[in-house]
Amino acid sequence: MSTPLRMPGPSQDQPRGNPDVRLSVEQASYAYAPNPSQAPLFTLEALSFQAKPGEIVSILGPNASGKSTLLKLISGALEPLSGRIFLNGFATGSLPPKVRAQRIALVQQESRLLFPSRVLEFVLQGRHAHGRGLRFVSDEDIAIATNALAQVGASHLADRWMDKISGGEKQRVILARALAQQPILLLLDEPTLHLDIGAQVDLLESLRRLAAENRYTVLVVTHELNLTGEYAEQVVLLQKGKCLRVGPPATVFQRDLLEHVFQAPLTVEMTSSGRPRVTLFSKT
Amino acid sequence: MRPLTMSRVFLRCGLLAVILFLAMVIALKLGAVQVSLYGLGRDLIRVLLHQSSAISTDYGMIVVDIRLPRILLAVLVGASLSVAGTSFQALLRNPLADPYVLGISSGAAVGSIVALMIENQLAFSAEYAGLITPLGAFIGAAVTITAVYFLGRREGQIDSTTLLLGGVITASFLSAVIMFLMSTLAGSNLRGASYWMMGSLSSLPPRSLLYLLGVGFVIAAGAIYTTASDLNLLLAGEKEAMHLGVDVPRVRIVVYLAASILTGLAVSVSGAIGYVGLLVPHAMRMIFGADHRMLLPASALGGAIGLVIADTLARTVVAPSELPVGAVTALVGAPFFIYLLRRRLG
Repeated sequence: MSTPLRMPGPSQDQPRGNPDVRLSVEQASYAYAPNPSQAPLFTLEALSFQAKPGEIVSILGPNASGKSTLLKLISGALEPLSGRIFLNGFATGSLPPKVRAQRIALVQQESRLLFPSRVLEFVLQGRHAHGRGLRFVSDEDIAIATNALAQVGASHLADRWMDKISGGEKQRVILARALAQQPILLLLDEPTLHLDIGAQVDLLESLRRLAAENRYTVLVVTHELNLTGEYAEQVVLLQKGKCLRVGPPATVFQRDLLEHVFQAPLTVEMTSSGRPRVTLFSKT
Repeated sequence: MRPLTMSRVFLRCGLLAVILFLAMVIALKLGAVQVSLYGLGRDLIRVLLHQSSAISTDYGMIVVDIRLPRILLAVLVGASLSVAGTSFQALLRNPLADPYVLGISSGAAVGSIVALMIENQLAFSAEYAGLITPLGAFIGAAVTITAVYFLGRREGQIDSTTLLLGGVITASFLSAVIMFLMSTLAGSNLRGASYWMMGSLSSLPPRSLLYLLGVGFVIAAGAIYTTASDLNLLLAGEKEAMHLGVDVPRVRIVVYLAASILTGLAVSVSGAIGYVGLLVPHAMRMIFGADHRMLLPASALGGAIGLVIADTLARTVVAPSELPVGAVTALVGAPFFIYLLRRRLG
């Protein structure tokens, strides 16, 4: 193995910066345009924030605020128009798909399967990036997948068919598949969307526990104010493609700001644990 | 749950290979001239030992020179079309995709006819002449799948219904092109339009082409098989596969090219035989499941078995006359297609 040349200044292939910072979004922006000659339909203006290992970051905003675009930039599915996004010092967009999948796992709203598979087989898909060739599963793969199911409390589902389990169970299985990737960054796109309130709390409790135990950096895209207030260490507040505020919930959750962003009358109070709680009331 | 292992794949494929062997033996026996099993075995062993001259009887000649090459052709064409069908179904995320339904076979047929016409115009030396037709068929198949793929896209995603409609219309258009070429420019050795549109195994290709078909199948099917575990993830969609670590553009190009080669090779020697690439992968999926590490080899063997049986029926049921084998596969395949379509919509 040859040693890489030391280049002066930051290079996108060199680990750099503060070792406490895992994810670093630096002035990243994006614009959707039907074709290059036309004005963009949607713009995500340059924004920056950093996230540490073990931290839960909530990307909060109403519909069409640019949350999902930001998630796509961070996951490497889209290249930023300007700026950079680094994971442990590597630009996420330039990682080969296999390496990226070993470091970043994405939990999306469930997609329909063409042919149904069993839950354990589905979770084993998370081992794809760690295998080679035809990827016949090893005992280690089975152990990791079984453990992932146990971590989300879904061990009893292993032999069930994916199309025969409930929405909340499916959400947990999809999370287990992401855990089986053994990532360092876990991205979740509206994970609570189809869950009842009990399942929402269950999910976020397990995310908090997983982030603490496995030192994952967890990014959750959501519009749930109270879940963000209760569980996030950091909030990135977006509105119409602009980042309005980055910081802990206690400082971001201000009545005027949230009323402006979400276009709804509300109050914010601090609970004894130092977490903000939001109450909506009717406009009349 | 027991995950798939290499030894299980081998075991099941071994079973299918035994069934294929039995189907081939029966196909060798059946026909206008009856052959005894003993005579069959004796003559085949002589062929293997390079003692063909020792085969004196007429029926031995029939079996070795006429039936055997035709059965081997059915094996290769059936396997090629089934593997191509399985691949298109995974890539396009559409269980109804099939080289024939999507018009890819018709595209390969047009490519073959154009290649034959060019071949007639330019006098190639004998060694290269045999390569022109399969090359033309491959180009025809590759161009058609590219066209159908873009016809089937809406807002950057493959839309199943649009894709199928695009394929059906493309097939119909290309059939008209075949008719046009046949009625205006038909040369002496272009075969009939029905040969290209229905498919038939009745005219044996030159031996060199049969070898090319065999080698091409091994290379193209082998290339597809290296992506088997990627194809499993692609069933969930391209974006999801990418996030799980699949190099989607690379897999897509490898599989499209290899499946076009398989379709082109098959069509250049047998015309557009329909529904094999639809029926066989579905039957295999029902038996063995949707894992491509098992499904691809099972489809290859199942396609070989299916086409050997279909071709034996084609040349025996209306003997001494003969049906095009594509008519037999369409008689079974088209109703099955309707059944799958109804089930999906229902």
